[in-house]
Amino acid sequence: MGIPSEISDAKEAGQKELCFHCGEVCPDPPVETGGKPFCCEGCSTVYEILQENDLCRYYDLESRPGISLRERQDRSGRFAYLDDPALQRQLLDFGDDSIGKITLRLPQVHCASCVWLLENLNRLEKGILEAEVDFLRREIALTYAVEEIGLRQVVELLAGLGYEPEITLESARPQEQKRRFERLRTRGATQRLAVAGFCFGNVMLFSFPEYLAGPGELAENWRTFFAAMNVLLALPVLFYSSTEYLGAAWQSLRQRTITIDVPISLGIAALFGRSLFEVLSGSGSGYMDSFTGLIFFLLIGKLFQRKTFASLSFDRDYRSYFPLAVAVREGGEERAVPVADLEVGQTILVRNEELIPADCCLHSPLCRVDYSYVTGEAEPVDRERGEILYAGGRVVGTAAEMTVVKEVSQSYLTRLWNHEAFRKEEGEELNQMVNAVSRYFTGAVLAIAVLAALFWLRTDPGLALNAFTSVLIIACPCALALSTPFAMGTAINLLARVGFFLKHPGVVERLAHIDTIVFDKTGTLTTTRAATAEFVGRSLEEREKRLLAAALRNSTHPLSRKLLQELPATEGLEVVDYWESPGRGLRCGVDGQMVLVGSRQWLMENGLLESELPEAPVGTATFVAVGERAPGYFRFGNAYRSRIGALFASLRRYFDLFLLSGDNDRERERLLPHFEDSTRMYFDQSPTDKLEFVARLQREGRQVLMIGDGLNDAGALRQSAVGIAVAEGAFSPASDGILDADRLADLPRFLRFVRACMWVVGASFALSILYNIIGISFAVQGTLSPLLSAVLMPLSSVSVIAFTTMATRLAAKQVGIPQ
Amino acid sequence: MSALYLLVGFSLLVALVFLGAFFWAMKNDQYRDTHTPAMRILFDDNSPTSTRSQESPREVSQ
Repeated sequence: MGIPSEISDAKEAGQKELCFHCGEVCPDPPVETGGKPFCCEGCSTVYEILQENDLCRYYDLESRPGISLRERQDRSGRFAYLDDPALQRQLLDFGDDSIGKITLRLPQVHCASCVWLLENLNRLEKGILEAEVDFLRREIALTYAVEEIGLRQVVELLAGLGYEPEITLESARPQEQKRRFERLRTRGATQRLAVAGFCFGNVMLFSFPEYLAGPGELAENWRTFFAAMNVLLALPVLFYSSTEYLGAAWQSLRQRTITIDVPISLGIAALFGRSLFEVLSGSGSGYMDSFTGLIFFLLIGKLFQRKTFASLSFDRDYRSYFPLAVAVREGGEERAVPVADLEVGQTILVRNEELIPADCCLHSPLCRVDYSYVTGEAEPVDRERGEILYAGGRVVGTAAEMTVVKEVSQSYLTRLWNHEAFRKEEGEELNQMVNAVSRYFTGAVLAIAVLAALFWLRTDPGLALNAFTSVLIIACPCALALSTPFAMGTAINLLARVGFFLKHPGVVERLAHIDTIVFDKTGTLTTTRAATAEFVGRSLEEREKRLLAAALRNSTHPLSRKLLQELPATEGLEVVDYWESPGRGLRCGVDGQMVLVGSRQWLMENGLLESELPEAPVGTATFVAVGERAPGYFRFGNAYRSRIGALFASLRRYFDLFLLSGDNDRERERLLPHFEDSTRMYFDQSPTDKLEFVARLQREGRQVLMIGDGLNDAGALRQSAVGIAVAEGAFSPASDGILDADRLADLPRFLRFVRACMWVVGASFALSILYNIIGISFAVQGTLSPLLSAVLMPLSSVSVIAFTTMATRLAAKQVGIPQ
Repeated sequence: MSALYLLVGFSLLVALVFLGAFFWAMKNDQYRDTHTPAMRILFDDNSPTSTRSQESPREVSQ
């Protein structure tokens, strides 16, 4: 395994200067502007712009807040498609002749300085009227004057400062609407809780006189008045706040199943019905305080469950990865066309770092494509004229012209989303355990209620109805319904603090029942940041290394860049007759010596004898020759994440492990010790293969956890019981959870923790059933007073909430998750 | 004692006003972003371009 890049960076940071703008290590000597060191021209340009416009407060709010522009792809016309009015309409929140409003996602926003600069954009550009940043969502809402500035210029301005908006197929309208809908739903939940809380508080106040007054102390007219007020206040709770429970219970009865909503609704009906009857008949003052309190506590649980992570998205598909528009060539002209409108037969031009939006046939003689995200192949591949390029690949190096052969929705990659696995709606509810319990629970409660009623019918018929409703009231599983949301909610909060984000609390429960784990390789076990280059052959002399480095400095090829990192820095060596043949190799003269770098074939074509060259290994290898001698080749290996060995050693004891890689099998030997058995490792797997493999494991009755990172894992992530995306950058495919790549090695700890959470839930079930037994023992005797009910109900709820929350925290502490 | 009827009614009315105020605030998206305004406090000398917290819901073009 190579040295993790951060460690070597940190070591150097002690000696080298840091960029004033972005804080990265500066080259030696640094780029200097105004006496400040910068790592690159891009950063120093931004500094100059900010200085000219008196915006240097940016650097006071936080130290080195900038976004590195070293790898900026500066190409004019990159955002040309934003000039298209039809596309603008899809993106804008509002637009007319004078102003435009747009909300853009800026994943780079990370500190107060960012917020300050972005909200002061109008000092840089007068056309921007208003700018408001939502930090947690990483969004900016902009209003601009259409006559002064176009959308394209707005986006270019942001990109120029390092805040390049994320504009993808998903940015178009429908997604916006979905988010608005989600917001309304959350608002509805909060308002239902507010109404319940308001009514609960007032009903409590109106109930106190009755409880506190001695017998006969409270005048009859006051009693009637307070009881009437209570009924009045209970009405909005019944018809507004509790509708979700009643609706869900009705749904589940129609589907002939029993969920936790059924006994809750029975309790609601019994509480409200009995109270109303007592008040109307004047026989008592009812249990309206218990009723409103019950709904209030239940809704708190619901809200706790609905915890979301604003800056993360768990349901991204290829649309949030694909560009919104692509350059189409027609009769020598170039115009931007929305990807959704792309037709078969059109010729498109895909530039460096751009994505191929549909399956295409290559026109240009040669093209280098990085498929790591789509297929899991670690290294970019070369394609020649006439070959098919699959959608999702990223063009590296020179721009390529190609003809669309399949519509976007029908391409090799996007077809995956037509699979049935994506059609089934996934339930968000925390069901399994609690619903399994409620089935027996409801039966038992109904049986007890009926038996109690039958018993009293014989002895004292007046008490029969009383006992029947009392049992239903006191057995209403409020505490039972609350324990899971609070245990799971606490769990996801704790896990989020250490970089493991779960989509909703229900995932904790599913995660606890996992018995099989399937890993992806590229990007999951390996890091995308660095690959290791290992030299095979006669060891290189210092001088040879320096000559090689001088030659490689001229190449933009990704492998050259990687090699350069392994070689010493050189200055002052003259390079002559530089020639690079795309996809094959480079040749040049350095300091009077010929240097060759490239494939084995390339070296032979340039006059080296085959007998002098070592045999080519499996996988990517770059041969080098200095002078007339070929000392050997560099072999590129994957750089695995740190502590992978410990991760597997620990997981192997409790889970069945599998590897599914889209890459070839050259890493088989290295991974074998981790998986023990070569039948557990599968290479050259297509996205559909992965999905099918997970489905096959599930047919064997396994509960599968899939851990992947790329779009090619999207199907498997979706199909599995729990799909977790390992995230290193901004993007992660649709999944049930997002795991910070640096935390992968902590996975065993997290899995131990979620199992402990299930124990906590089990214990809190026992606790709440204990309360029920006590309550029912009063209820069957027909002696359940409103006061007892009003005390027991909140007491059980609050104690169960306190118990689960504290026990979950304790469990986290024991497995070593910081609080 | 009958003044109590009035007081009870009045207190309920006041409470309802607060409930209404909460609903109004929710509707105006005042709880949508509770984090960024806290950061804006740092920007003392130069007021940001927008100081809206009670902006009406974003209009939608049809």
